[in-house]
Amino acid sequence: MRLDLADVGAQHPAARAAAAPALDRLTLQVEAGERLAVIGPSGAGKTTLLQVMACALPPRHGSLRLDGTDPWQLPRRALQTLRGRLFLAPQTPPLPPRQRVVTAVLAGRLPAMSLAASLASLFHPRDLPAATAALQRFDLADKLFERVDRLSGGERQRIGLARALLAPARLWLVDEPLSALDPTRAAQALATLLGEARERGVTLVATLHQVEMALKHFPRIVGLRDGVLAFDLPAAQVTRERLAALYAQHEHELLGPPPVIDEAAAPAPSTAMVCR
Amino acid sequence: MDRLRDPAWAGRVFWTGAALVLLWPLGVATEFRPWQLFMPDTLKVTSRFLGSFFPPALSAEFLALVARGAWRTVAIATAGVTLALLIAVPATLLSARVLSISALSGRMARGPFWLRQAVRWMLIVLRSIPELVWALVFVRVVGLGPTAGVLAIALTYGGMLGKVYGEILDSGETHATETLLRNGAGRLQTLAYALLPQNAAELTSYTVYRWECAIRSSVVLGFVGAGGLGQELDSSMKMFNGSEVATMLFVFFGLVAAADGISGWLRRRLG
Repeated sequence: MRLDLADVGAQHPAARAAAAPALDRLTLQVEAGERLAVIGPSGAGKTTLLQVMACALPPRHGSLRLDGTDPWQLPRRALQTLRGRLFLAPQTPPLPPRQRVVTAVLAGRLPAMSLAASLASLFHPRDLPAATAALQRFDLADKLFERVDRLSGGERQRIGLARALLAPARLWLVDEPLSALDPTRAAQALATLLGEARERGVTLVATLHQVEMALKHFPRIVGLRDGVLAFDLPAAQVTRERLAALYAQHEHELLGPPPVIDEAAAPAPSTAMVCR
Repeated sequence: MDRLRDPAWAGRVFWTGAALVLLWPLGVATEFRPWQLFMPDTLKVTSRFLGSFFPPALSAEFLALVARGAWRTVAIATAGVTLALLIAVPATLLSARVLSISALSGRMARGPFWLRQAVRWMLIVLRSIPELVWALVFVRVVGLGPTAGVLAIALTYGGMLGKVYGEILDSGETHATETLLRNGAGRLQTLAYALLPQNAAELTSYTVYRWECAIRSSVVLGFVGAGGLGQELDSSMKMFNGSEVATMLFVFFGLVAAADGISGWLRRRLG
């Protein structure tokens, strides 16, 4: 899928109108089948950029086009069909704690399934081989029938990524896919994502904190700082000086270990069992 | 030497006094006169009635009657809650904000917004009329018997369950639900794959608790002729037959304790 962002400005819907926009006048083209890493210090607008690309957040200014069509001009049903053709993997794996791994992975295929088929799949999982194969790519095939909340944070993150392999998507938008993985697992997961994307001709946009990994594996690097495009270059042309300028005042993020996200999601507020 | 004084002391005395002064008119309005309980006349009547509780009535004939009544009470509660689910589940699906696709990216669209408001108003109407009133209405429409109780419970509890289900779903963790909707899944697919697994334990335990409330409620409905154990209790009370009342109260303990046990077991299974 081809992406065109022209002069895009975006802000979280709850943000004050006067607040600095999370993305400002950003222009970017991504060709179908391209693989692109977005780097930059915390708060640079990387996640916002992915959300705009995923049609999750309408831009305040400028235009977004996916394969030449403006998604926000589409009727709601057509927009939802379009969303089925792209896959956004958030940084925290979106898995209900009591769900089994097999269900969580097969959920990636929902946009391609009818309601009846998806309900039947809850009783008797459809296409177990595909689910196993996807988990196999992330070394998780033995966890197929485990419950999600019995797994470690890194395993959950990889399950979130395995879901992408089952999604009927032409565009993968992956937010910090390596934040909970050790270096070996991170390299393996990244190689799997990039290899599968190349094989299927899927466009892949990933935000990364690990600059070294981004430079080593991705052909094209986009640097983002304070919501503004700092550079957009082939990996080979990203010099130390550019990186130093991109991460000025955030050097610890460039040099030190990547920040570890808080794995324990906030507990859901308990509902009082009162006689209502 | 001055003694040390707690500076909060004066405030406490004032507010305690003020509370008593404010409570006084409430007591008058509700004719709250607890000392009447201990007048010699009242004590005599009460102690005679309570004394007649022992021994509980245990004749085989009466026990069979109670068992039939208890069974009918459980049946009324179960059928009522099942019908209530038929109202509550669609209402929840229509009104839950987490399942709104348009609310994913900013404000909910106008059509769904007003539909949601309409459903909420319908639920308010349903539950603001007490089940006792519904029962009195239905006793006139369908005659004395369990049907009136079932319908009364269905309408009121449909309103309550619909409201609380919506609140449970909207206040739970929505990350999984949002992500599936954003990736193009349908609303019902998202319900089955993210929202229900996320909230199953809360929903189940609230439903079982409501079923327990429905058992108690169907006893009360029996007093207005809607069948079940309540009707038996009503006639025994009117005859001042304490031993029969005692037996039936023990049956209530058993029913409520059983509901409690089922709820705990289900929570452990789903938790």
